[in-house]
Amino acid sequence: MQRNRIIKLTTLFILTLSLFSCNLEKEDDATIAAKKAERKAYIQHHLQDSYDFNLFSYEKDNGEKAHIGFPLPVILWDDGLKVFSSSKFHHGETVAEVGDSFYKLDHGKIYKTDATGTISYDETHHATNVKPLDFSVTKGVVMIIITGLLMFLLFRGLARSYAKNGGIAKGVGRFFEPIILYVRDDIAIPNIGEKKYMKYMPFLLTVFFFIWFLNIFGLTPLGVNVTGNIAVTASLALLTFLLTNFTGTKDYWMHIFDPLGSSLPWYGKLILYPILIPIEVLGVFIKPFSLLIRLYANMQAGHIVLMSLIGLIFLFRTWMGGAMSFGLAFAISLIEILVALLQAYIFTMLSALYFGFAAEEHDHHEEAHAH
Amino acid sequence: MEKLLGEFSLGLFIFQTALFLLLLFLLKKYAWKPILGAVNEREEGIKNALESAENAKKEMENLQADNQKLLQDARLEREAMLKEARDLKNKMIEDAKGEASIQASKIIEQAQAAIASEKQAAIADLKSQVANLSVDIAEKVVREELSNKDKQLKLVESMLSEATLN
Repeated sequence: MQRNRIIKLTTLFILTLSLFSCNLEKEDDATIAAKKAERKAYIQHHLQDSYDFNLFSYEKDNGEKAHIGFPLPVILWDDGLKVFSSSKFHHGETVAEVGDSFYKLDHGKIYKTDATGTISYDETHHATNVKPLDFSVTKGVVMIIITGLLMFLLFRGLARSYAKNGGIAKGVGRFFEPIILYVRDDIAIPNIGEKKYMKYMPFLLTVFFFIWFLNIFGLTPLGVNVTGNIAVTASLALLTFLLTNFTGTKDYWMHIFDPLGSSLPWYGKLILYPILIPIEVLGVFIKPFSLLIRLYANMQAGHIVLMSLIGLIFLFRTWMGGAMSFGLAFAISLIEILVALLQAYIFTMLSALYFGFAAEEHDHHEEAHAH
Repeated sequence: MEKLLGEFSLGLFIFQTALFLLLLFLLKKYAWKPILGAVNEREEGIKNALESAENAKKEMENLQADNQKLLQDARLEREAMLKEARDLKNKMIEDAKGEASIQASKIIEQAQAAIASEKQAAIADLKSQVANLSVDIAEKVVREELSNKDKQLKLVESMLSEATLN
């Protein structure tokens, strides 16, 4: 009953709105196309890391763009260390002059140019200028540091509250304790096993909260997209890869290089193994690679969808279209909150699964008896 | 793929790896170890508490069982004692009865013996009295008889006839 009434009211509301809906101003196709391209560029820009922490931008009355935010240090290695503020780029509009070198931003990347800032492109529209080695503290790095500090303070506080309150969590930590226990009891122990899980717990917990927090930050209007950055996911997946293979037991490697074991005579192996072993070895690399791509693609896609839906509000410029886009964007936001947690969970879960493979130890005697 | 590689930033990758590792080690040392330690300790504590409660319960049960056993024993003992007492009583009564009857029969016997001896004595006394009496009577009779000569002779005669010499 209640539901029906709400649905009816909403329908009525939308219908009423559509009565008033009208195009606010008539635009020709060229302007619309230009605006579309601008929005696309805007979304693209926001998905990328940036050299300044831009909170929001607006257009001044005289048509000039104003950016509200703060610049971040740019650190380059180009015939010596070059450190300067990203405000020198003026959001990519000007050439930054550092010593006797000139740098310019193009599609979010720093290129070395001449004093006038000419950037030459090849036929596939890629800049051919020299890219200096770039170790800048970008927006992503700042968010990583902020998240790291937040996590450290939060969990240090939780750890301290145990000591203070005789083994019972107090404060914000109380919310996170069940999650830590969940990671332990439902991710680590079932996949890795009671004996060895403690070795992997710090990594699993750190990775879980790191991804989750950064995913959540990605949903804030700060416009950060750290976990949707391939370099970040690659780094995380690389750590999982290294941890898996450096803690791999003899059984783990046996499983890769002798997958069938004693169940097949040697002449059978001679035929099968040229196919099987490459597949197994490939699997070692594909597993972390899938982690990398999954997290990247999910977060990237979420951001694109969300921003596109918000962009639709400005594209339609009608009451109804705006309301519908808003509703959709709101719904997607809710889903994204779930996805933020889900992706953190999946990354941690799969990491734990791979660690489980690495840590497994069969009892070969028992197996021999079973066969 | 090309787009992915184009988006890949080595600087961010290195920063991320370094910062993440730093975070990992800091958290490991200052957060995860103490947290997991505390949680484990707490869980152990709960487990121990439950275990000791279980033990206490068992002990209680044992104690109760002991009590029950003690009570049972006491009851049995009481019954045994009562039975013994009853038996003793019966035996005593029995004994007393036996003793009494023996005593009674003894008394009766003594009485009978006394009666018999009294009777004997009485008979003897009676006999002597009767003899004395008869002697007295005889004397008186003799005296009477002997006062007359004939009669004396007659008597001697009859007596002699009576007293045959055998």
